[in-house]
Amino acid sequence: MKTLLKVESLSKHYEGRRGLVGRLTGAPHTVVRAVNDVSFSVERGEILGLIGESGCGKSTLGRAILRLHEPTAGRVMFDSKEVTALDAPALKALRRRMQIIFQDPYASLNPRRTVAQIVGLPLRLHGLASSEAEARAITARICERVGLKANQLDRYPHQFSGGQRQRIGIARALVSNPEFIVCDEPVSALDVSIQAQIIALLLELKREMGLTYLFISHDISVIGYLADRVAVMYLGEIVEMGPVEAILARPRHPYTQSLMSAVPKVEASGRRARIRLTGDLPSPLHPPAGCKFHTRCPLALDICRSTAPLRETVGEGHIAACHRLGEDISLLEDGAA
Amino acid sequence: MSAPPAPALLVPEAPQKAESIFHRNLATFAANRLAMASAVVVVLFVLMAVLAPFVAPHDPNETDLFRRMQPPAWLPGGEWSYALGCDALGRDILSRIIYGARISIFIGTAVILVATSIGILAGLASGYLRGWVDVVISRIVDILLGFPYLIFAIGLMAMMGPGLWNIILALAYKEWVIPCRVVRGETLVTRELEYVEAARALGASRWHIMLREILPNILSPVIVVSTIRMAHVIILEASLSFLGLGVQPPTASWGSMVADGRAFILEAWWVSTFPGLAILLLVLAINVASQGLRDAFDPRFQE
Amino acid sequence: MSAPLLDVRGLRTVFETRAGTVCAVDGVDVSVHRGECLGIVGESGSGKSVTFASVMGLVKSPGRIEAGTILLDGCDLRGLTPKQMRAVRGKDIAMTMQDALTALNPALTVGEQIAEVFDAHDYTLPRRGSARARAIRDKSAEMLGLVGIPSAESRLRQYPHEFSGGMRQRIMIAIALACRPKLLIADEPTTALDVTIQAQVLELITEIRARLGMSVVLITHDLGVVAEHCDRVMVMYAGQVIEEGPTAEVIAQPQHPYTRGLLASIPRPALRGQPIRPIEGQVPDLIGLPPQCRFYSRCPLHRDACLAPVAMRSAGPNRRVRCILSGEPVE
Repeated sequence: MKTLLKVESLSKHYEGRRGLVGRLTGAPHTVVRAVNDVSFSVERGEILGLIGESGCGKSTLGRAILRLHEPTAGRVMFDSKEVTALDAPALKALRRRMQIIFQDPYASLNPRRTVAQIVGLPLRLHGLASSEAEARAITARICERVGLKANQLDRYPHQFSGGQRQRIGIARALVSNPEFIVCDEPVSALDVSIQAQIIALLLELKREMGLTYLFISHDISVIGYLADRVAVMYLGEIVEMGPVEAILARPRHPYTQSLMSAVPKVEASGRRARIRLTGDLPSPLHPPAGCKFHTRCPLALDICRSTAPLRETVGEGHIAACHRLGEDISLLEDGAA
Repeated sequence: MSAPPAPALLVPEAPQKAESIFHRNLATFAANRLAMASAVVVVLFVLMAVLAPFVAPHDPNETDLFRRMQPPAWLPGGEWSYALGCDALGRDILSRIIYGARISIFIGTAVILVATSIGILAGLASGYLRGWVDVVISRIVDILLGFPYLIFAIGLMAMMGPGLWNIILALAYKEWVIPCRVVRGETLVTRELEYVEAARALGASRWHIMLREILPNILSPVIVVSTIRMAHVIILEASLSFLGLGVQPPTASWGSMVADGRAFILEAWWVSTFPGLAILLLVLAINVASQGLRDAFDPRFQE
Repeated sequence: MSAPLLDVRGLRTVFETRAGTVCAVDGVDVSVHRGECLGIVGESGSGKSVTFASVMGLVKSPGRIEAGTILLDGCDLRGLTPKQMRAVRGKDIAMTMQDALTALNPALTVGEQIAEVFDAHDYTLPRRGSARARAIRDKSAEMLGLVGIPSAESRLRQYPHEFSGGMRQRIMIAIALACRPKLLIADEPTTALDVTIQAQVLELITEIRARLGMSVVLITHDLGVVAEHCDRVMVMYAGQVIEEGPTAEVIAQPQHPYTRGLLASIPRPALRGQPIRPIEGQVPDLIGLPPQCRFYSRCPLHRDACLAPVAMRSAGPNRRVRCILSGEPVE
């Protein structure tokens, strides 16, 4: 397999606003490190699942890769082109090949435009159709492929249900025949039965069109079902990454373990003992020193409070960042998910 | 499994017709009776202004000293061919009100059109591009807002001299600030929505995003604000005319008609009262209609 | 079994819209026994929230309850005046909302919001003066302690925005539990929360239920949550209950094709590589529904007999299902 996307030490920091007093006294900017020194690569044709809780920076990472939010530091290489160094016209040309599907099927469609206009927009922007009739035909074809009817093309988004709107968003992302898609929680806002329809559709389309996905989700069941590899994010950093089988069978980072333990499972009816994480996610404005997870980690030692752990390889393509990897502790009583 | 699908019994789908939000809002507006009645009044005023030469019973500037301060028809000494009486120069008040509507409505419309166009462009640029563009435009807006409107307009009129176009200029000078602030605020909210991000992700240009993605979605509040402001501009124009800074005599304008009559308000109350009522009625109708527009078009007033 | 705490029979709640009458809840029977946790599962539009908004007397215009009886401890809630209903709400039944940020008043401190409940319902407090204020403060602090918020005394003086999402959900639970209601209705208490926080809040509810011996209705779309926390489950679809029974049994042997489809729709690592089998189509429009089985258009097993109205049928002890293919008709 060939590497399609390579992310090297990517960071995205947001500077907080200083008040008047702060500006006069020259107080330093407050900085939110939404994404901090993240590196990974995605092979052509695979699905990399990116998992984390709200505020961990997973959506920001997806947008920084596409340069929807300009990264603060680091490089993104797409098919040996340096995305982070492209000028506006070159970036526009590349946008045809890398696309995004959004979480909110309501906010992501312009309410004043018809389905045909929304889905056909990439064709017009990139001159992919020689005539209006051809654009219409291409639009109709992709809409039909994602499960919309031809007579629905001239309707407006508010006339559709959430699941159908998500299909429109998928059609828009796919109409320009891209190679790489950032799926930013595409099923999180949907009902269970609709969620399954969209997951099935995304997998079919991936196979048919030879797509590569960066699949962002907070749901470890979804990621466990469809991803080939998983990256777990906590407070802007990847704490564990590896093949999905390895991570599901033997998660190494205590955060991954507690995340898996927290998911309510249908199979395991009745109460289960679970790892109790105390406290909330720390504010990204004032992240803890040392290992960022130490404030909630049941295994934290003194070293965790002062020194950030380095990434270590713990298996074939499996890395984790924790001081206590060597001790090989599993918090999950049965060891498996 | 062998059951054939029974299309007639299948659950009904969403309506087949493409129904745009605009049409839906328009239907909501039409259902509001008071607002519709007001809109009809406004339309009647506009028709009256446009068709003035055909509707007015007399030449508005024709003086007849025998009819000086002739009372309205229903008072002793009045006659039905001069229904609302005559002014100090014996001119027919009804005809002058009808012609005066031209001035009020023309200036109101022109000022709002100019101001809204400038305001939309400035507000979009300010809200979407941010950065120094935003700083410059916002500072200009702040400075203009610091001046009392009428005094500002009076000062400009005094500098430029009277005249129809100068009035429009003097009023539009500051009026654009209002739509600009509305557009900027709405743009700041809308630019963060995912469909704008989606357009960026597809490679759309700034122009495309500002004019095609954002503008159509923020137009409703702008239209609503513009109609409300139209009533305001009509009052301002009347005020300028009242002060003698507006359209110059003998052209009929409601403000100057009120001013003309104020010297004999005790002997001939009708000279000032009827043009005053005309201003009141038109402004009230515009305000009520724009309230209805707001209820129907502004998403914040909908369920 | 003794008489249920909450007994709802034939509840029908409709909403008048421009497009027609939406029948959001159509002939729903619910009973909640003392001390049990009942899970209500359904997708959006299933009527699960409206059912309990009806019980709470919180259905707003254009909605109205058209038919049915709602008995709480033998008292018919539909016969109460608005004033009497206000006395029941908060005291006998309490409800927590999905979105704690909008459900809490941003302009009042957390302490003031808990105090409101005591002020309205607690007759054991001193009548007036500083003694009353002190008693309310102590009780409020005790409630925050109960839901696991540390240094409760000082946090009473904070505003909702100063708390995280999970903490706000705890505060809502504290407010709901202030007067020790007999029944807590938790409407999607964890949907807006992260999984690690979600686990904390659900365990808190389960723990407090055991401690106070109250009944809990857990409204959720997540079958996993129900599987782990509820004794019994009711599955709703398009305004009707389509299956109910003990949680473990329903999940192990779902009888209704919709329940089966719902369970098959949940993606899980164990199914890797196998194609997922979603339920095709979407929830029917609730306006002008034909009398047939509501799941007809999406059901893989539908047949002509399904075009007649389908009643609830008995499918073993404590189990009921609304499908002609399983169970026995009840008299």
